[in-house]
Amino acid sequence: MVENRSESYVQGPVLSRREALLAGAGTVALAALPSQSTAATGSPAKEVSPMTLTMTVNGELHVLTIDPRQSILDVLRETLDLTGTKKGCNQGACGACTVLVDGKRIVSCLTLACMHDGARIETIEGLEKDGVLHPLQEAFVAHEGLQCGFCTPGQIMSGVGCIAEGHAGSTDEIRFWMSGNICRCGAYPGIVAAVADAAGRD
Amino acid sequence: MTVSTIGNPMTRVDGRAKVTGRARYAADFNQPGQLYAVIVSATVGLGRITGIQAAEVERMPGVVALITHRNAEKLAYLPHKAGIDPATGERLHVLQDDTVRFYGQPVALVVADTLDHAERAATALRVTYEARPPLVDPMDPKAESIVPDTRGRVSPDRARGDADKAVAGAPVTLDATYEMARENHNPMEPHATIAAWSGDRLTLWSKSQYLVNEQAEIAAVFGMPVENIEVICPFIGGAFGTSLRTWPHVTLAALAARQVGKPVKLVLTRKQMFFTTGHRPRTLQRVALGATNDGKLTGVVHEGTGETSRYEQFMEALTAVTDYLYSCPNVRTQYRLTELDTGTPNHMRGPGEASGIFALESAMDELSYKLGIDPIELRRRNEPEKDEAENKPFSSRSLMQCYALGAERFGWARRTPEPRSMRDGRLLIGMGAATATYPAFHAPANARVRLLADGTVEVEAAASDMGPGTYTSMTQVAAETLGLPPERIRFRLGRSSYPQTPSHGGSWTMASVGSAIQAACIEAQAQVSRLATADSASPLYNVAAGELEWSDGRLRRRGETTGISYREIVAKAGAPIEADGSAQRDPEVAERYSMHSFGAVFAEVAVDPDVGTIRVRRIVGAYGIGRVVNPLLARSQCTGGMIGGMGMALMERTVLDSRDGRPVNAHMADYLMPVNLDIPELDAHFVDEVDPHVNALGVKGLGEIALVGTAPAIANAVFHATGTRVRSLPIHIEDVLTA
Amino acid sequence: MLPFTMEKPESAEAAIAAAAGGARYIAGGTTLVDLMREEVERPERLVDINALPLGGIRVEGDDLVIGALARMSEVAADRNVQRLQPLIAESLIEGASPQLRNMASMGGNMLQRVRCPYFRMLDAGCNKRTPGSGCAAIDGLNAGHAILGTSEHCVATHPSDVAVALVALDATMRVRGPEGERSFPIEELFRLPGDTPHLEHTLLPGELIVELRVPGGPYSRRARYLKVRDRASYEFALVSAAAALSVEGGVIREARLAVGGVGTRPWRLRDCEAALVGKRLERPAFEAAAHLATQGARPLQHNHFKVELLPRTIVRALEMAGEVA
Ligand SMILES: Cc1cc2nc3c(=O)[nH]c(=O)nc-3n(C[C@H](O)[C@H](O)[C@H](O)COP(=O)(O)OP(=O)(O)OC[C@H]3O[C@@H](n4cnc5c(N)ncnc54)[C@H](O)[C@@H]3O)c2cc1C
Ligand code: SF4
Ligand code: FES
Ligand code: FES
Repeated sequence: MVENRSESYVQGPVLSRREALLAGAGTVALAALPSQSTAATGSPAKEVSPMTLTMTVNGELHVLTIDPRQSILDVLRETLDLTGTKKGCNQGACGACTVLVDGKRIVSCLTLACMHDGARIETIEGLEKDGVLHPLQEAFVAHEGLQCGFCTPGQIMSGVGCIAEGHAGSTDEIRFWMSGNICRCGAYPGIVAAVADAAGRD
Repeated sequence: MTVSTIGNPMTRVDGRAKVTGRARYAADFNQPGQLYAVIVSATVGLGRITGIQAAEVERMPGVVALITHRNAEKLAYLPHKAGIDPATGERLHVLQDDTVRFYGQPVALVVADTLDHAERAATALRVTYEARPPLVDPMDPKAESIVPDTRGRVSPDRARGDADKAVAGAPVTLDATYEMARENHNPMEPHATIAAWSGDRLTLWSKSQYLVNEQAEIAAVFGMPVENIEVICPFIGGAFGTSLRTWPHVTLAALAARQVGKPVKLVLTRKQMFFTTGHRPRTLQRVALGATNDGKLTGVVHEGTGETSRYEQFMEALTAVTDYLYSCPNVRTQYRLTELDTGTPNHMRGPGEASGIFALESAMDELSYKLGIDPIELRRRNEPEKDEAENKPFSSRSLMQCYALGAERFGWARRTPEPRSMRDGRLLIGMGAATATYPAFHAPANARVRLLADGTVEVEAAASDMGPGTYTSMTQVAAETLGLPPERIRFRLGRSSYPQTPSHGGSWTMASVGSAIQAACIEAQAQVSRLATADSASPLYNVAAGELEWSDGRLRRRGETTGISYREIVAKAGAPIEADGSAQRDPEVAERYSMHSFGAVFAEVAVDPDVGTIRVRRIVGAYGIGRVVNPLLARSQCTGGMIGGMGMALMERTVLDSRDGRPVNAHMADYLMPVNLDIPELDAHFVDEVDPHVNALGVKGLGEIALVGTAPAIANAVFHATGTRVRSLPIHIEDVLTA
Repeated sequence: MLPFTMEKPESAEAAIAAAAGGARYIAGGTTLVDLMREEVERPERLVDINALPLGGIRVEGDDLVIGALARMSEVAADRNVQRLQPLIAESLIEGASPQLRNMASMGGNMLQRVRCPYFRMLDAGCNKRTPGSGCAAIDGLNAGHAILGTSEHCVATHPSDVAVALVALDATMRVRGPEGERSFPIEELFRLPGDTPHLEHTLLPGELIVELRVPGGPYSRRARYLKVRDRASYEFALVSAAAALSVEGGVIREARLAVGGVGTRPWRLRDCEAALVGKRLERPAFEAAAHLATQGARPLQHNHFKVELLPRTIVRALEMAGEVA
């Protein structure tokens, strides 16, 4: 049924470099991996060649020299010191790092900066214009759309995207389309009210 | 007119900082020249480190230091125990020996110039172990329970009457066991510390709910003077208890910064958040109830066992609610611990009470069906007149009012008692209720108030705000007490050098810090009035203190309109007027009353009879929490707590692989917590309650009780919907599939 | 993450040449970056294919043609997709999160890797990641694992939602490699683990997914995707079912059925489909057919419930499809 023509094409790594020697009988060899020295694979000591690229962040052009491994999130936080964008999981599973890239909401932790040369990025720091809050920022305060505030930058950037996509027509719709942003404090009712309010004012 | 800010639904004073990204959390305090540290966690659950291939990693690009037990400096680890630390046992001494006590324990720290270099090197480090099978499952036959050594804090065994005999001889009995999964706090903000030394002074920008203890503990760990350490944490991205204690990563950051002579930033990965920073212990509980045919409790037995580590005895108030919640002459409660090869658990929102009440309130619900008595009526028939365990009156107790208000708002009357009797189309509908309660704690706290010549006021306390709105509510307390508009108050927290406060947990911040701020404000007013009445040029010269009144930022003689403003008095004084205040509960009052918050929680669920999905449709909670300082914040605390309770009821569970003790779902996508689409209509109400005894502000605290009753209300609703009683949390699809 | 080099060719030829030489394609990166950070994936060369003209969605006759670089969100929102193949749109928006769907490509979705927790843990035995190292899941925690198509070497489920819909709808895939183009049913992309669980798909070295083609059928409109999970959103399926029915006069003429969350690959249920044909559009017929789905199921210690949940999910999905006006 399924063709078997690519036996030689191994996807992913075949060796793990961490080892756990389990001693003693009765131990299940959960982690009995073949012993493999670090130096033997993947040339770990290899230097990275930095890459130079440009990025427009909140309207400001930056010419950056980065490690290709850096996510947009790490570039924002560690290179540009724009710490408003948060790292909640670094796994794409919480939404705290949401920013707009070329107008679309994405999770910046799973986005390699080196794939976005020339991109236009908007973060929470760029929403306020001349000391005036964006309507959604205002609505988050007015409707208690936050508690600890850690998920808030991601929620707001996601909310901006959600409204722009036309997915804020009803509270049910907002709940569905805002489900990529976890709020552990449970400020969801206020978040939904804030997005609905700002969408209505749009 | 007197400005009344307490009781106003004021929006957050720090709202703007939070919606603009300007609010800075620990990991946001990047320091010039900082290096990055990444922890290497043990990959065995018990054993000894036999080898560390350090040389290869030390040569890797960007690596500045590799710190392991072999080269880490020997730390002083002077004795230090805060109230938040377990009374028995000794904290983990990090990188001080080759012993691995649990899976994920830090075994090395890589410091490098960039995060990518540090992460790469940490992954590459090869550590070998001599491993033994750990014991992590409390159900394992090898697991033994012990009587906790409470060092006099609370007794693990309490009894009145003969409960076992009473249950055995009762006309109607119930005897059931309940289980609750291990949970992790999983705040959105991972633990983070940036450490920087300047000579022998250390600054820690560190996520902490207890700054002055973090300061004291690190001082003890390093054997250095407390004054040489400053802990800074103006914002906390949620914590729910996980940042009450100071965990090994704080020590590691400070150690690394000292070793490399540069500031070091250390942020835990989400996975590491499941290892060393505490968890809600898995609990096993037995509840046996005896009752008369008309529903009067004659005997209650509640035996609960929690888990702890091998090196510390973590205790929580698992069975405490059962001692005072209902009227019954025969009650026996018992608390035990199982020592396992895991990190030490710690307090998580509603610690003890939340788990204990799941068992008790499930059992009460079960009993109500056995008796054929409405569950709320059953609770009414057992409503006590006093705390029967302590033999003291309650300072206030509005449980029945909460049930009445909640039942009305929820529409409890529409509920038909039979399980599986309510439907909406194909869906099974269930309604359940449960009691919520939590002690109204109070701890000594201090605050400082500074009246400035420009008419504004600075207020300081080493408190924290992990989300409830401490910034705002304390501003309200100061504004109200000083008779000033809140815009004139600048409340600062999050620095260990500010006046000492207790930990930011246990729902006592409002009561404790609020009372201290109130006291400081009153002291400042006393100073102001002394100045104003002693000054012959003042219109209030020689006016007796009793004739003075404060409002609109002015001090005046009662009945008069002019008076003199703070601004003028301070200006005249030539320097800011500073006053310290402290507050603690009058021990005599504490001796006289039993002090608790109470509430009633109602939940409606819809269960899909085909595929078993459980969706919460509505939650209504009614609470008696004394005075409500800010209804907007209070409601948001409550709905947030309900959402936490939904997680506890239907989603959250940290699963350990018993072969090596690893948490298998240590991932944000695998440890489920409610998302926006899960959230139903949530409604929180407060009954009018005046409690003159708890503290001067009359507040009882809210953070914990908001979560406490939700899980049993949902579990009871699931039974009502399906007829299947699930006695273990979380309740997942498979638990109701065969319903 | 291990160091890598990144190239961004503008032509498919250049991309394919690079990949044939050992480089890996990267599209949205939501699978690859995540696993590279864990060092489960360790490519030394990456080829960013986003400059290639592989986007877009078009209609050709009865067929819907979806470019490999079309984003999940774009496909789900496309009028033609919603009109012609609502099953695709529904299965897409039930997956991941709005942000991830804005990033993730359809081609990448097909090749996303398993969510077995041990697969991502370098300190656990996993034959898929490290051939010969054993399978930590089989005797470990396996509530989320497969009951169909498993082997003693690997029991991980295929995580994609839209792949389930595509397999149900007999979609095909066009790929281009060093030796030219070929097309084949998407179902044939996915391999069973057997004793080579590290080989997940049947693409040849360097082959680039160009587009997916979904043929229209009389069942295309009366189609629903049901995803069963504990959380209402942002969670992978415990069990899911894609059901499409063609009905005339209350009688089922044709049926398409595939399930997710239970198989080591998106699992087509041809026996169930056959059992439905000619039956009245009623629950007993659904139940009888659904019953066949678990034939040969091999539950593990913690996932027995899937044997119970699978037929129920199928019944419910068929009901939902039947209710489509
Ligand atoms: C938290 C989280 C939750 C998720 N939930 C769901 C869910 O509920 N349902 C669901 O279906 N998915 C879910 N996903 C998975 C997501 O849909 C996939 O990660 C995504 O579709 C992969 O697409 P990509 O473009 O990002 O792929 P990439 O990461 O860029 O690539 C993935 C693989 O495909 C290869 N590849 C990509 N494009 C091509 C091409 N054109 N030709 C040949 N090879 C190619 C790459 O080399 C790589 O091996 C989730 C992911 C995350 C992180
Ligand atoms: S089920 Fe497959 S992916 Fe999971 S551990 Fe076993 S071999 Fe690895
Ligand atoms: S930090 Fe990016 S999704 Fe969690
Ligand atoms: S406000 Fe704290 S996580 Fe959302």
